Amino acid sequence: MHELPVTQSILQIALQHAQKAHAKRIVDLNIVMGELSSMVDDSIQFYWDIIAKDTIAEGATLHFRRVPAQLECLACAAQYHPSSEELACPRCGSLRVKILAGEEFLLESIDVE
Amino acid sequence: MSPTIPVVENILSANDRLAEENRARLDAAGVFSINLIASPGAGKTSLIEQTLSRLKDRLRIAAIDGDIATSLDSDRAAAAGALASVQINTGGECHLDAVMLRGALDRLDLTHFDLLIVENVGNLICPANFKLGTHKTVLVASIPEGDDKPYKYPASYRGVDALVINKIDLLPYVPFRMEHFQRGVQALNPSLAVFPLSCLSGQGLDSWINWLLQHITNK
Repeated sequence: MHELPVTQSILQIALQHAQKAHAKRIVDLNIVMGELSSMVDDSIQFYWDIIAKDTIAEGATLHFRRVPAQLECLACAAQYHPSSEELACPRCGSLRVKILAGEEFLLESIDVE
Repeated sequence: MSPTIPVVENILSANDRLAEENRARLDAAGVFSINLIASPGAGKTSLIEQTLSRLKDRLRIAAIDGDIATSLDSDRAAAAGALASVQINTGGECHLDAVMLRGALDRLDLTHFDLLIVENVGNLICPANFKLGTHKTVLVASIPEGDDKPYKYPASYRGVDALVINKIDLLPYVPFRMEHFQRGVQALNPSLAVFPLSCLSGQGLDSWINWLLQHITNK
């Protein structure tokens, strides 16, 4: 898996924003992770403990907010959570769907001192 | 209470920006480029060989191959008629990213080529998250992998522009419900161009070649 470069990216973005705000320390990072984004939060945490060492983010806590997948049927407008083996609309069976949520993977905010 | 700084930045935004730079370089040189992604053994390199054998006399083609180790694939591309082939050994990374592609582009004189084929690391999960900057992303699926793959790897099937279904010569021997497979694909990506073919028998390859030619001409 590619959680190492991803974690490096999180650190880089957090440090940039902390520096701009003249923060002395980063205490918490709030990460939004969609169900469809195929990232593993345990691995990110594992790499984080290693790469954040000796930066102002050392010891910061990572908080992951999981966003469940939500689809909208373009035929009947039903909104639903897809099951793993079926993506079609459970109401009318249409396959024309739009993903409303679940693809997010972003750093929402950081708490600093 | 520590003050909160709003960030709201896509975590892969650095890669996305580099991908845009790669795209600009390719556009400036007039090269059409594709990124081939697939699980190991689906037939990416075979598809490259078949594509080269049909187009090498008409187009100037370069190949970039990403693998964890060895130059076996770029050697095959060179043997099949690629004018230049560059191997990227990722040293364990499971995908190519925009930085790695930029390094490989540095090793090619892009103005010498009409088509650049980038073969990603064999992996159906990770390459979907990392844009490279190529014009089209093509997923190579294959019959023996099974018909449940669009359901299990939705991100890979959603983010691509074309789908090659390789090894259709095995359909009589392998349980594979083409309808079930296509249904999953259609839900995820209704406008996807789909090419069922066999790199072994050559069946179906003409439609794939025509699709490529059409995009190269329109560039």
